[in-house]
Amino acid sequence: MSNRFYQIVFGTILSFVMILGTAILSSGLVWQSLPADYALLRLSFIESGIRDCRNQTKAELAELPQNMRREQVCASRRAPVYVELDLNGETLFAQNLPPTGLLGTGPSRVYQRFELPAGNYDLTVRLRNDPAKIEFTKIMTRQLSLKPAQSFVIDYKEEAGGFVFN
Amino acid sequence: MVSFRTSLRRGFDRVERCLDLAFGTDWNPLAHLGSIGWFLFWVVVVTGVYLFIFFDTGVSAAYDSVRRLSTVHWWHAGLSRTLHRYASDLMVVVMFTHLIREFAMERYHGPRWFSWVTGVPIIWFVYLSGITGYWLIWDKLAQYVAITTTELVDTLGFLGQPIARNFLSPDMLSNRFFTLMVFLHIAIPLILLMLMWIHTQRITEARTHPPKGLAFIIIVALVTASLVIPAPMQAAADLRTVPQSINIDWLLLGLYPLVEMVPSGVIWGGIAAFTLLLIGMPWIPANSGDRPAEVFLEHCNGCERCVQDCPYEAITLEPRSDGAHFRFEVAVNSRKCVACGICMGACPSSSPFRRKGDLITGIDLPDYSLAKLHDRIIEVSESPSAQVGSSRVLTLACSHGAGGQPAVARVEVPCVAMVPPSMVDFIISRGLADGVCLVGCAARECHNRLGKKWTMLRLAQQRDPYLRARIPRERVLTVWAGPTEENYLESEIDAFAARLNEMPGYENVRQMVRKDIAKASNFVSSERGKK
Repeated sequence: MSNRFYQIVFGTILSFVMILGTAILSSGLVWQSLPADYALLRLSFIESGIRDCRNQTKAELAELPQNMRREQVCASRRAPVYVELDLNGETLFAQNLPPTGLLGTGPSRVYQRFELPAGNYDLTVRLRNDPAKIEFTKIMTRQLSLKPAQSFVIDYKEEAGGFVFN
Repeated sequence: MVSFRTSLRRGFDRVERCLDLAFGTDWNPLAHLGSIGWFLFWVVVVTGVYLFIFFDTGVSAAYDSVRRLSTVHWWHAGLSRTLHRYASDLMVVVMFTHLIREFAMERYHGPRWFSWVTGVPIIWFVYLSGITGYWLIWDKLAQYVAITTTELVDTLGFLGQPIARNFLSPDMLSNRFFTLMVFLHIAIPLILLMLMWIHTQRITEARTHPPKGLAFIIIVALVTASLVIPAPMQAAADLRTVPQSINIDWLLLGLYPLVEMVPSGVIWGGIAAFTLLLIGMPWIPANSGDRPAEVFLEHCNGCERCVQDCPYEAITLEPRSDGAHFRFEVAVNSRKCVACGICMGACPSSSPFRRKGDLITGIDLPDYSLAKLHDRIIEVSESPSAQVGSSRVLTLACSHGAGGQPAVARVEVPCVAMVPPSMVDFIISRGLADGVCLVGCAARECHNRLGKKWTMLRLAQQRDPYLRARIPRERVLTVWAGPTEENYLESEIDAFAARLNEMPGYENVRQMVRKDIAKASNFVSSERGKK
């Protein structure tokens, strides 16, 4: 038989072995992204801080054209939103979230992930959108029971009354 | 760096020699990496189009349709899916092997920068194509890919809101997101195709499909492997849970574990540094390569042979500008010329027999002119050590193959096709040697793409300029040998010398006159003095 026949046979066998190796690398090896007895807690929301507003004086209003006379004027820049997350009485996350946008006119946002061992936790989460105030705008506390591989999300929706747990 | 590259080049040569045995020199896959990449791309496209017939977009519809095609229709659609996946993986293997091999061969400096630099975005678009593809299946792996990718992209901070929020809970994910992903999975490979097309510009006869036999071998092996190990599907994605242990594709998604382990700044910095390093490599160190070919119009009749033979589309035909009665002249694009000298070997004016005036040809290399080659040949042939046994064999060797190192009775050239056939005629008919050995790169691939092909056709009198019929073919030996085949080259030359010894002497020898020999020796000495 000609060399070509053997080359087709050996070439096919070698290519087959090469592709099998590729197939093993493609799907045969496991990556442990999260330890088996762990769960994932994510804190993520988009919330706007307040804007600095003041009432205009009568003199100021009088100087303005009729159609532009608004009682209150606000700075376009928004205040940062402060958020705290406590687990079992210990602070896990506490941060001032700056407003987005080049001029700081956008809402503040956060996306933070915490890998936690499965188990029970006392969770407290607080949010303040006005830095001039000492008290928090919203506070929520709950008992949390995390199972292995569970994904638990803390969101914030003003229209839903504050923090939302998924 | 140089010794590392030399080791790498010799390593490739040794592996390729083994593959020469298994596949044959003309089907050696390492010599066809670019065209295999193209072939795999088309396998991915054809199987992808077929899969699209069965695929439904939607949060649950996507997974269900892929599961159905992988189980109920396993023998055609499921097979297509596995082929789609493994061909994509092989593209990554082929792409990086191609990149490392071109680095080892130092084929990225000077005018070759274009092919090198245009290859860099191809790397990222292959990855993006793969990543968007994995996303569509919407199994646990897709969930992992989606979350890890969006979390990484969100760290750039340029998007209005984090896209990873789409994957916080099942009610936040919409079917429209899958429509977007399908669009991306079609658009990105289309851009990839355009980049691959750009990548093959600037070279003549770009190989965009492998030899049919090699393509047949690859497709048979791919189909067989796909039947033996069908591409698996993991459990359906569930955003209420988080993927813990995943069978990831280490070829297309191999960076993902790293994304989890190191800060995002390091990842983005690494990607930027790797890209910039690759793009900058043609200029590191600054190019000090040979100067491009020059045209000497008084010796050029615009015959176009150099235009046709240039492997890099560096020579163009232009209207005559010097008032000579020819229609055309040639012009060299210095940005494309790699100074291989193949044009000089193609020029009918490259005749060493001329005795009046300086030896100037129509197109010549400033750093290795026809005159220099002529005089170097005479100098080497005059050396007493030029004798191999009882025969005189003069070797003209390409500097990228087994003959790349200096040796007795050997003249190195940038490419073996730089030697015009009339030079072989000259050596034998002037009695400078009993036989001429032309040594090129390994048979599987010429460093300058077409040098071997043109040399063989010229010697076989199938392509201008021919080797004249008066030169007995048995006095010319061609050896194609890679850098690690020095022993093979030596044995071929010894056997050739022994065959020459058996032959009667060449009867049409017209010895050179002494003053020509002296002139050549003076030229070579003065060239050395300049260095």
